[in-house]
Parts: sequence; structure tokens; C-alpha cells
Amino acid sequence: MLARMKPPAPGQTLRFLRRGEPVTLSHVAPDRTLLEVLREDLRLTATKEGCGEGDCGACTVVLGEVVNGQLTYKAINSCIRLAHSVDGMAVWTAEDLASPAGDLHPSQEAMVRCHGSQCGFCTPGFVMSLFGMYQNTGGGQGITREQAQADLSGNLCRCTGYRPILDAAQSMGALPLPAGCGVDEADTVTALKALKKKPATDTPYLRPGTLAALLQARAAHPKAQIVAGCTDVGLWVTKMHKRFERVLDVTGARELQRIETYPHHIAIGAGVTLTDAFAALVKERPQLKTFGQRFAGLPVRNSGTLGGNVANGSPIGDSMPLLIALGASIVLMRWKKTAAGGEIAHRELPLEDLYTGYRTNVMRPDEILAWIKVPRPTAQEQVRVYKISKRFDDDISAVCLAIRLGITDGRVTMASIGAGGVAATPVRARRTEAALTGQAWSEDTIMAAAATLRDEFQPISDMRASAHYRTTVLGNLLRRLWLESQGAAVIQLDSLQNVEALT
Amino acid sequence: MNAPDLKLVVDNKAPLGGTNAAAGVSRFHESARAQVAGAATYIDDIPEVRGTLHAAPVCSPVAHGRLKGLDASAALAVPGVRGFIGPEHIPGDRMLAAFAHDEPVFAEGTVQFLGQVGGLIVADDVMTARRAARLVKWDIEALEPVLTPQQAHAQQSYVLPPVHVTRGDAAAALQRAAHTLTGAFEVGGQEHFYLEGQIAYVLPLEQNQWWVYSSTQHPGEVQHWVSHALGLANHSVTVECRRMGGGFGGKETQAGHLAVWAAVAAQTFRCPVKLRLDRDDDFMITGKRHPFAYQYQVGFDHTGRLCGLELDMLANCGFSADLSGPVADRAIFHADNAYYLEDVAIHSYRCKTNTQSHTAYRGFGGPQGVIVIERIMGDIARHLGIDALDVRLANLYGIEERNVTHYQMAVEDNILQPLITTLAQTANYRERAEQIAEWNAGSPVIKRGIALTPVKFGISFTATLFNQAGALVHVYTDGSVQVNHGGTEMGQGLNTKVAAIVADELGVPFERVLSTASDTSKVPNASATAASSGTDLNGRAAQFAARQVRQNLAAFVAGLDGVGAGAVRFEGGQVITEKTTRTWEAVVGAAYANRIQLWSDGFYRTPKIHYDKVTMLGRPFYYFAYGAAVTEVAIDTLTGESRVLKVDILHDVGRSINPAIDIGQIEGGFVQGMGWLTTEQLVWNGKGYLQTHAPSTYKIPATGDIPAHFNVALWPEPNREDNVHGSKAVGEPPFMLGISVFEALRDAVAQAGGRPQAMNAPATAEEVLRACS
Repeated sequence: MLARMKPPAPGQTLRFLRRGEPVTLSHVAPDRTLLEVLREDLRLTATKEGCGEGDCGACTVVLGEVVNGQLTYKAINSCIRLAHSVDGMAVWTAEDLASPAGDLHPSQEAMVRCHGSQCGFCTPGFVMSLFGMYQNTGGGQGITREQAQADLSGNLCRCTGYRPILDAAQSMGALPLPAGCGVDEADTVTALKALKKKPATDTPYLRPGTLAALLQARAAHPKAQIVAGCTDVGLWVTKMHKRFERVLDVTGARELQRIETYPHHIAIGAGVTLTDAFAALVKERPQLKTFGQRFAGLPVRNSGTLGGNVANGSPIGDSMPLLIALGASIVLMRWKKTAAGGEIAHRELPLEDLYTGYRTNVMRPDEILAWIKVPRPTAQEQVRVYKISKRFDDDISAVCLAIRLGITDGRVTMASIGAGGVAATPVRARRTEAALTGQAWSEDTIMAAAATLRDEFQPISDMRASAHYRTTVLGNLLRRLWLESQGAAVIQLDSLQNVEALT
Repeated sequence: MNAPDLKLVVDNKAPLGGTNAAAGVSRFHESARAQVAGAATYIDDIPEVRGTLHAAPVCSPVAHGRLKGLDASAALAVPGVRGFIGPEHIPGDRMLAAFAHDEPVFAEGTVQFLGQVGGLIVADDVMTARRAARLVKWDIEALEPVLTPQQAHAQQSYVLPPVHVTRGDAAAALQRAAHTLTGAFEVGGQEHFYLEGQIAYVLPLEQNQWWVYSSTQHPGEVQHWVSHALGLANHSVTVECRRMGGGFGGKETQAGHLAVWAAVAAQTFRCPVKLRLDRDDDFMITGKRHPFAYQYQVGFDHTGRLCGLELDMLANCGFSADLSGPVADRAIFHADNAYYLEDVAIHSYRCKTNTQSHTAYRGFGGPQGVIVIERIMGDIARHLGIDALDVRLANLYGIEERNVTHYQMAVEDNILQPLITTLAQTANYRERAEQIAEWNAGSPVIKRGIALTPVKFGISFTATLFNQAGALVHVYTDGSVQVNHGGTEMGQGLNTKVAAIVADELGVPFERVLSTASDTSKVPNASATAASSGTDLNGRAAQFAARQVRQNLAAFVAGLDGVGAGAVRFEGGQVITEKTTRTWEAVVGAAYANRIQLWSDGFYRTPKIHYDKVTMLGRPFYYFAYGAAVTEVAIDTLTGESRVLKVDILHDVGRSINPAIDIGQIEGGFVQGMGWLTTEQLVWNGKGYLQTHAPSTYKIPATGDIPAHFNVALWPEPNREDNVHGSKAVGEPPFMLGISVFEALRDAVAQAGGRPQAMNAPATAEEVLRACS
């Protein structure tokens, strides 16, 4: 009894660049993951499945794209990335790094020399993250331990305890690059350009190249599954076993790949990755750096988008409390038919008004979340964001609290507070804001506000934390804000990270 | 090409057997180059044979109930689905060949935990199988589940009878003690989180024989289980495992289930069948480290020296015995850790609950024994207002007296006192403890804590019969050498160490020796690669096999040169007598031509060990491995979050066969132990549903959790027992050094004015905050 011939899968042609050569696959279904295509269709088994949800990094590969004429490199999780989303890009896996003569790339050689590989199953993923770092640091130059920790936060190893891997990250830059190992960037850029094709309009996987085309596609296919970086929708495929007949990818629209700066706000397009979005937010408000790094592991930040995080509306999504506190608004767009053919219609609303309940929102079936507008900092504002989770890096918040206060002449002139993990949606703490606004900036005010905040929400108990813990910590975080504002030294564990332990 | 700057290697003296020796050097893992290039093959990477079908488990949606039936009709209607496999398809015994014979292959009659496998869906591809498996409907009359060991204990619901080990009169000692403390404590379980999930791939051979690729620490048991389920003799089933992507105990028995399931499906369809668990299913189905609950009363004098201990240990075993008996036994054997228990009564209960059947996990009950006595040390110190290190030192095993364990084994190789005091000095423990107290006085929100905890870990399988091993060494006519042994490679570097041992025995370069996949048709009846014993057992067996070949060659060369065989030396790829120096290859070629046997087996069994399984008294262990760690932490008293700031470890691996590999085991073990006691929390809800069933919710340590100051040094003394190359086992003992993190956190909680005695493990942020308030 042999296997029946499988019916040809519905799907379309997928092309990407590997080792400088185009790879062409036909009949790739729209909901097939990149990892499946690599392992099953191409029999490239270096890339491993560890968890199927983008949390362990065993499936890490590096994607190359031309941005402003430059080749950029991003380590991403192939297990939750839909295969068609890499159409037209370059893809590197652990098979692709050694020279034809068999010399290892420095990212690999360093792992060998530092004994960074034990069972070896996470190893190709670590190597790819290291390769991404190598390419993005001019050949692994100047990588500090802190950077290595941050950039490897999406790769789990159960054997080594990480020390040798961190050593490898810091030492690979000193190793010679064997002939035949490096990336010929000019050739790759040329080959990528040759690979470009006109986006199709009626294929199962749609990735329109312009905003207008995207909105028209949305209007034409209101039931298509919208994806951006797919870092959540990917799990609907791998874990909930959903099937999508048609997928509409927003990340191809040129206009939405931009971050635009205006006098009073920055506008982040829906196609901007979390990595780039946080870089822009941190540029505006440097105190957000740690929070940005703790927002998932790097491979997830390199795929996922801020727009996707917001549109998805998970109660534990970490960007929304911050964006709510910052007074962000969102711009929803749709294609409006007119006598002349059609035009883009849009509406803008405060971010917190997007949500109506657990993962439900006010978006129309033909609308797309196109932009997030974030007000720029003012001299009077104090912004803090706190994330509490079991693990410091790459974890989901038990509680997330973001606070923006305006303090003038010892009084709280405005308060804007967003909270996550405390209700069915990310929420604004309006009662607490009211308890602060107009009051003297004092410990009494804060303590009163902390009591209000503890009372304002009725969080649930789950595997991340109990309701009691969540409410307790909410209030305590306001107390922390007060202590920080009074210049108290060393009241955050973060600040101890770079402090040498007592000797 | 060996590590140029292994900064953590302290004991990096000349190799053991001369400058050309393979052992004693930090050689790279034998597969490292293949692993970094993605060229090392794991089971899912093996090219699939044409016609391979894929299976997915059908898992019970309730924790306890009467099983009336399964309806697979909706699943069978899915295109690409080939069929449903249930108990009726099992040609042999429907009960697994587990030693207690208490686990059905597929749930029958009752369901005993949420996630229990009732059957398989087999399909053309894995995603179809998984999708369809969720369409199978269970008809279950729900029963009340037992979810905690306390509940089970109250109902006297056990998987195995209770065990009591006593010495002296604990009750009387507690009566007359100057001080007493009582305590209750819980420590959570732990998911193995091997990066490669459980997998088996079963291929039909001719005449009802089977080839099984299994990611297993125990190919022999997989062979035994599969043949038992298929109703075949053991010789009809061959099990191969080249490597695992991590094991940690989780692939000791648990791999057998998958292999049996896949084999039943393969037998039914007469097709190759692969069963690879999705990570969430892996969490839901397979057993974990046993959660424990304790109650104790301890008596002590004004120096903190113990004079009496009564200890109840409740092991949450899950629904079946699996390895719970020996795990709970080892917890008893390690409830002393480094300390002499004079009058002691330990009562061990093996509680049956409606959860996954908990199983082997690095340390195998040892950590659950060690943590309770370390906790007692910390509590005594705080009760008396003295430093915990002084309490620990006051209780250490002696050399001439106070040197017999509560199970009547004399501790003959005790290096605890010098090891601990050396570490306390190099890590500056006492000064730092003072500075921390001072620093904390001026820090209202962040509090630091510090602890030094030792480990003394018994090496040998407590089941004495498992302490045997075999190996084959083949020398081919070109002089290349292949070694095969009954152990398995899971990343721990066993094959690297064994190859080095064989290379040195034959005097050939390391590169001449190739370790091959574990294979039940080569070395039969091998024990699990477990109990830290992989190198001790298999390394010795391989050494003996190589020695036999060498002796054959020596006799041959001695005949040629007219010298005594004992005068023939094998080193540096040469065979040397006082008359001639020949290359290894020349000797091998000539020996072959003269019909000299160029291959041999080797067999080893551990000497000296014995114990009475009923009274639990005797010498279960050949020797002890020792170590100690000093850990400094900080906690945030507003949120309960914590960070490990600094770690110093001094650990005893005897004379290291490969310092880099040993240090890798120490660091990796420490971090895993730290994870067990901090971020890794298994949460079952009130219905017995494991809510933390993926890395999104179950958090093992990540790169950011590792302190920059993480020093590991090796104790510079060979094993005092005659063990291979003077080495000591290293896989499990360092895991327990992670307990220093927990004790440091409790110190910080105490310094924050909290209640460290109320803190359970794992010390999540929530648990630390609870203990602080």
C-alpha cells in the first residue's frame, strides 16, 4: 500500500535567492510556512523545528532585502513565517554559510572553538542569529556581551547555559573569513533586482506593492486573512491548524514601509517591523530602549510589525499600553469607489478606541490599519513603561504599565496611562489618570493614585500571574515611578545589570 | 585545532598519557563542525522512505474519567487521512512493558490524565494528521481528578508503596533538641524542554522485523517495549539513535511510548510511519521532573548542628509508576546532601495523581532531596542569627567519624570541607555577605542576597543491575578505528570522551577514531544513558575493548621482534619496541595479513556496589561527586523580580577527560537548575489542564539571564576510586548547584524583612513578592 499521489496543492510560484541563485517552487499553498518549504520541499534540514511558535529560535534563518540600494539582513523565525512572504528576497540557512571547500564561516567556527554546541539542535538557529549579527556589524566587529545577549534573546539553548555562545558572538569578528564564505553584496543586489516581479492581483497569496493596490485587494477580498509579519497569525496555522485560502500581506506596500517624522508626531507605517518601529520610538524617547529589547526576541521583532501588534489587539500585546500612554492614534484606510474609479478614504481614532472586546475591534471588513501616529515628546512629560514577566527577555507580560505625566510647577497637568494584562483588551486607566490630574506631585498623590489603580481593573488569574499579584504590582509600579522621580538610586534591577556585583 | 583560549579551564595541565594523548584535552565535540553547518542528522532529518505515513496523537481532553469510546469518523473524513489506530490494533500486549506494568499503550477503560493518548491518526502528511487528530471525539464520563500530592496522600493513593528509612530515634532526638523548627515546602516540577521534541520513525523490514529510529536515551528499552507491543521476540526489532537534540532524562522512558505508537501504526499499515510530536503535544503528553511537597521537623544545637530530623516527602508521580520508585529513592539517598544526619526518619510517599506520569530528569530525585536539607540549613542559620555557611560547615560529613550515611554507606572520598572553604575564599564569600548586608541597609527597593550551597551526589544507578556496559572496537585494515558502545549521545559529549579514551588506548590520534550510532544490533542489553554514568560505564567498556585489540597487536609485534608483549608501546600513531618503530597502519596491515583479530568487545561492571532494595541499606554508589557554588542575587521588592548577579563554582570531576566538555556540563547544569527554581513554572489548572505547555508560557533561562561573572573551576584531584582515567561523572551533580540561586533569593527575601521560610519553588516574581510581604 503505497502513498496515493497527493492532489496538486493550490498555490502559486515562490521564488527566492539562495547562494546567489534563484530557487523556484511552484504550487506553494498560501498558508505554508517557510520552514515547511525548506525542510519538506527543498529537503534543507539544517533548519530545525523546536516549538513551531517563534519562541525557541531553532528555525532561525536570515533574510536579505534591498532597502535604499543597500542589502539588509534580518534573522527571523521560519516556523511561523509564511513562505510566500519571502518571495523576491534572499534566504540564508545554516547550509549556506560554509565555503564550497568546506571552510566554516566565522559565525560557525566561533561556535566550534568556544564549545557552543552540545546537543546541536538549537545550533543552526544560533548560527543564523550570529550570521545576522556578523553581517550587520561589518563582520562581527565591536559586539559586546550586552549586544550579544540582546540579539540572541530569541534563541533558546537547553544544554550550554549560554556562556560559550556569548563568547562565540564576541569572538567571531576576530576570526578570518575564509575564501568563498562571505556574501557578495553587489552580486546579491543585482540578483535580487532580477528576481523582482510585478505583484500579482489574483493569486492566493497577495502582497501588493502599493497602498492603493493593497486597499483595492482588501475591498476585493474581504475574507482574505490579513497578515503583516505573521508572528501571531503564524501560530494560527501551526498550532490552531487553521487554513487560509487567501492571504493578504500588508508589508509589500511601499508607502507603509516608511516612518515619517512630523513636527508633532511620527507616523509608523503598518509594514514597519517592530525592530525599526522601536528604533524610531527609542530615538524619540531613549528611556524606552530596554522595553524595546524585551519586546519578544529579535527574530520576532525582525518579522512582526507594530501595526500587526496593534491590529491583533491581544490583551497581552505589549505595544498598546505604551502607545495608549503616549497618546497614539491610528489611521484606518479603505478603498472608496468613486465615479473616477476610486480613492483612498481614511479615518483616525485614538488607539484605545480601536478595541471593542477580546480580540474584537471597530475595523470594517474593507479597512486596513495603515498608520500609527505617535506624539513626539514634550519637555514637561515624564514617560515610564514597566513590564513584569516571569523571564526578563522574550516573555509575555503578566502586567504592563505605561505612564506619561505632564508635571508643571509641582502639579500633574496631564496623565495618560495604558495597562496590559489586566483586562480583555489593552486599556487606558482613566480613573487613575483622573486621580492624578490637577493634583500636587507628591507621595500622597501617588499613593492615592496607586490605590485607585489597584481598584480600577479586575484582572484574571492565569498561568502568568494571579489577579492579586497583578493588582498589587500595578500599584507598586506607581510607587516606583514616584521613587524614580525623586532621584532614588538603584531601584530597578535593570540598573544593576551593568553594576559589578559586590566584590 | 583545539580551543585556543578556553578561559574557564583551570586544570589545563599536560594531557594524561603524554603529549599526544587525546584525553585530558579540551577537544571539540565530535559533531560540532557538522552541527554548526546543519549537517548533523537528527531523526526528522533522515530522508524519508517512499510511502512514509505520519502519525499524530489523539489526546484526552479530561484528566480523569471512564472512557466509553472514541469516535474518529470526522477525522477519517479528512482527505489524506489513512486511518485511526487504537488499542485494538496492538498485536501484542496492550500494556507497555514498563516495569510496573501499569501503563496502557493507549488509554482503555479509563483516562488518567489530560493529554493521555487514546490513539493515533495516521495521514499522508503531518499537518493533516495533527488537524484530524483534533476532530476525534472522546466519550468520557468525567470523574473527579486528584491533582495534588497532598490530596493523593490523604486518600492513600500511591503508584508504589511508601518507603521509610530511619536511623536512631528521630522522635527522641527532637524531644531533647535545644532548638527545633518545623516547616512545609513545595518545589515544582520541570519540563525537560529538549530542543528536539520526541520523535520515532519505524520502518518495516522483511519477515516481520522492524527498524526503529528513536530519539532515545535507552535504545534497549525501546527495543524491548516495541517487541513486547508487537508480540515479537526482541531480536526482531532493531533500534538506532545517532544523537538526540537533548535528553536530560526526558528520553529515558518517554521515547519508548512514541516508538511503540509508531510501531503499532507501521505494523497496521505495513508502511514506514513517523511520529514527531508538536511541542505543545510533547508538553501535554510526556512526564516531567516530579514536583515534591515536604513537611519536616528538625532539631539542632546552638551551633546549628542537626540532632534530629523527621521528614515527609510527597512525590507527585502522576498517573503511573514509570521511574517514580527509583526517583523517590534517590531523593531519600540525597536528603542528607553534604551533611551527617544522626537521628533521622524519612518517609517517602509516591503519590498517584491525574497528571502526566513524571519521569527521569537530570538529578533523578537527587535535587528534590538536596533542596530540602539546604533549605533547612538556611532556616536554621536565620533562626540562630548566624551565617548559613557556618551552619553548613558544622553539619558536614566527617572523615573518620560522622561519615556514614543514613543508608549505611561510608563516605570514603569526602572532600567537602576543603572544597567549600576553598570556594568561600576564592569567591570572597564572607566579605561579600557583610557588604551585602551593609548595602541592603541603604537600599529600600532592591535587596541583594548570597548563598553558598554544596552538592554531594552519589554515582551509580541505584538499581545495581544497570551498572554494566558493553562496547565494540573495530580496527579496519587501513588503521581507522570505529567504536560503538551502548551509550547514547545527547549533547553531553559521551562520544567525544569515548573516542578519546579509545584513541589513547590504541596510541592513535583522536581523529582516527569514529564513534557510531547507538544500535541495539551491535551492543545488546545496554542500560539507559542516565545517572551521569555514560562515560564511567561505556568509556570503560570501550577502553577494555580497545585494550583487547591492542593486546592482540602487541602479542603479534612481540613475536616479530622477539620481545615481551608488555614492552610494546602504542603512542602517537606508532607501535614501538626496543628494536623497531612501526606506524600503526603498518602494524594493522601486517596483523590482518597474519589473521590477527582486529576487533573486540569490551564489558564493564561497576565494582563494590550493593544494597538491599527492601531496607534501602548498603552501598548504592561507587563514589560521590562533589561541588559547591556561591551565588549572589538581587530582588526587586516592589515586583518580586530577581536577577542573578554573580556565580562562582568549584566542582569535582576527578581528572577531567575533556575539561571543556565538563565545564559545559557544569555551566549547563547550573543554569538548568537555576531555571527549575526561578522562571520555570508548570501550572495545571483546577481541571488538570497544563496551562504552560509551550515556550511562550513556560520560560527556561535565556541568554539575558546569565550573569557576566560566571566562573567555573575544577577541583584538581583524580577520583579516589578506580574509574576510567581517574575521572568522575559530571552530567547531573552540577544541576544541584542551582540551589544556591534559590537560597540566595531566600537570603534576599530575609534581608527585605520577608518570610523566606514561606517561599516555595520556583521563585517566580510572584512567589518572591509573596514571601516579601
